[in-house]
Amino acid sequence: MADPVLSIRDLSVEIPTRHGIVRPVDGVSYDIQAGEILGIVGESGAGKSMAGNAVIGLLNPPAHISKGEIWLNGQRIDHLKGDAMRRLRGKEIGMVFQDPLTSLNPLLRIGDQLTETMLTHLPISRAEAEKRAVAALEEVGIPGAAERVNSYPHEFSGGMRQRVVIALALCAEPSLVIADEPTTALDVSVQAQIIALLRRLCRDRGTAVMLITHDMGVIAEATDRVAVMYAGRLAELGPVRDVLTHPQHPYTHGLMASTPLASQGKRRLHQIPGAMPRLDAVPDGCAFNPRCPHATDKCRQAPVPRVSNGQAACWYPLVDEKVI
Amino acid sequence: MLAYIIRRVGQSALVLLIVGLVAFAMFRFVGDPIDNMLGQERTAEDIERLRSQLGLDQPFVVQYYKFLEGAVQGNFGVSYRQGRPVAEILLERAPATLELAMVSGVLAILFGIALGVFTAIRRDGVLANAIMSASLIGVSLPTFLIGILLIYLFSVELGWLPSFGRGETVDLGGWTTGFLTESGLKALILPSITLGLYQMTLIMRLVRSEMLEVLRQDYIRFARARGLRDRAVNFRHALKNTMVPVITVIGLQLGAIIAFAIITETVFQWPGVGLLFINAVQFVDIPVMAAYLMLISVMFVGINLLVDILYFFIDPRLRVDRSGGH
Ligand SMILES: Nc1ncnc2c1ncn2[C@@H]1O[C@H](COP(=O)(O)OP(=O)(O)OP(=O)(O)O)[C@@H](O)[C@H]1O
Ligand SMILES: [Mg+2]
Repeated sequence: MADPVLSIRDLSVEIPTRHGIVRPVDGVSYDIQAGEILGIVGESGAGKSMAGNAVIGLLNPPAHISKGEIWLNGQRIDHLKGDAMRRLRGKEIGMVFQDPLTSLNPLLRIGDQLTETMLTHLPISRAEAEKRAVAALEEVGIPGAAERVNSYPHEFSGGMRQRVVIALALCAEPSLVIADEPTTALDVSVQAQIIALLRRLCRDRGTAVMLITHDMGVIAEATDRVAVMYAGRLAELGPVRDVLTHPQHPYTHGLMASTPLASQGKRRLHQIPGAMPRLDAVPDGCAFNPRCPHATDKCRQAPVPRVSNGQAACWYPLVDEKVI
Repeated sequence: MLAYIIRRVGQSALVLLIVGLVAFAMFRFVGDPIDNMLGQERTAEDIERLRSQLGLDQPFVVQYYKFLEGAVQGNFGVSYRQGRPVAEILLERAPATLELAMVSGVLAILFGIALGVFTAIRRDGVLANAIMSASLIGVSLPTFLIGILLIYLFSVELGWLPSFGRGETVDLGGWTTGFLTESGLKALILPSITLGLYQMTLIMRLVRSEMLEVLRQDYIRFARARGLRDRAVNFRHALKNTMVPVITVIGLQLGAIIAFAIITETVFQWPGVGLLFINAVQFVDIPVMAAYLMLISVMFVGINLLVDILYFFIDPRLRVDRSGGH
């Protein structure tokens, strides 16, 4: 296999708080290949966004990378500072945020926001940037792009604004896109369109995508592989088909059983008993053990095995336990 | 946009009409000018003659109408004390106040915005924190005290700057300016700092808190995520959004500078309209007081109107929402 675009090795993020140091991301490793879409799922607070922010170098102090490495196209980037990291943002790593209504500067024309981004990163003239801005809007499916470059964000609907955000994230042709719940704030009717757009653009350009979402439908439809996070750690990582239909980790199994999938029709949804532990009270051993129906003493003491492709972070992986 | 401006002009006119009523009411209810104007040896005849000469014997409504009619034409009657048309006296005094207010306003806005942005961007810096602490003093010390302290330090102790008056002025066709002579410029320094300090600290603290709020917004995060340079993020994206709420306050503060000039002008014996007003109060010179009141309110209302129009150029959302129908 070719070298991955993004490679995260044993990454930890720490935040010093009054109650001691918490670790919202704890020893996470995964790769994303060119043209591949990796889905990241997990409960709220599992550390999905924090991991994405660590990659793009936008952790809010005092949060910081405390351990591990981040490699982008063969270059180590986790220790890059200030201007060196800034040059990568937008140019090598694009980011799409959750809420398109607040992601765009209300006082600047969208064309200006596009040209500004391109001129920051690409050695092109202003005229060329303006031409590309129109092309970029056309590509994300904004009708009448030639006139719409002069519009302000409030003149677009939510779905259209998210298209503009995607155009902005991709306009300098980054090799990696981090999309943090790009459809959560959108109307259900346009969610599928936005995901399809993101998927098409990234496939066409061979862009690697980290797609953070709560929506199992999106995972099933758009991603190639899935990483399941729990309390800052990776619970399971594997091809989307395997993880969705044959989850090995009891948490993944609970998560799948508790999410409605279109194919399942109406069915009583399962609930995992208990709640994810607070970060300052993560139990010893496997973080999931208090909620796990299969937990033994081993799970409560020994650190769980490392996740590798097709292997869950569990001493007793489920075998052939179907969700559907 | 035109409809909006016309509506705002209408509102402004209404405000001025009400202020006019208050100003005029002073004629009826504050003191008796006749007492002041005629000495002890007056006859009933003298009083009657002066009364009708000043129009004080006519009914209230007629007097108000006459007052408004005169005011619109810039005619505020004759000063009881100086016996000259009020408009003439005001015009004579206006340049001093306007030049002082202009210098103070420019200082307050420039330093206020610059320091506000600086303390917001360097939120945790030592210098930024020192500036913030120092600004508390600026907000809490009364204006006259600042003036007296400055006089003590720079005029009495160091002897660098004059403690009162405008210095030499040059007459440019009716407008006397202190900008063209060295002594005129020197004389401006202490009063304009005194007058502008409070506004400067106010603007600075406001810019800082608004800017900190803006820097937390998603679009700033997104701008950073696109790798824009700090300069572009801070000034192109953040500062512009900060200015939307700040502009209103700056507008009001400019009006306040002219109104507060009374204190500064008294401390520095600055020959402007503020000092004129204080002297007029001592003499119950009502035409001068009324004209001053009108002048100040015209300025407040005018500045407010300008601020509202300025919004249109800064914030595109207003342009659509208010002019484009629903
Ligand atoms: N300043 C902070 N101090 C302490 N804990 C923090 C701080 N900021 C974030 N956290 C914790 O970090 C954890 C990870 O947050 P993160 O935003 O990555 O979650 P997430 O998986 O993206 O959740 P969501 O699905 O809600 O977006 C959360 O449990 C949060 O409580
Ligand atoms: Mg999140």
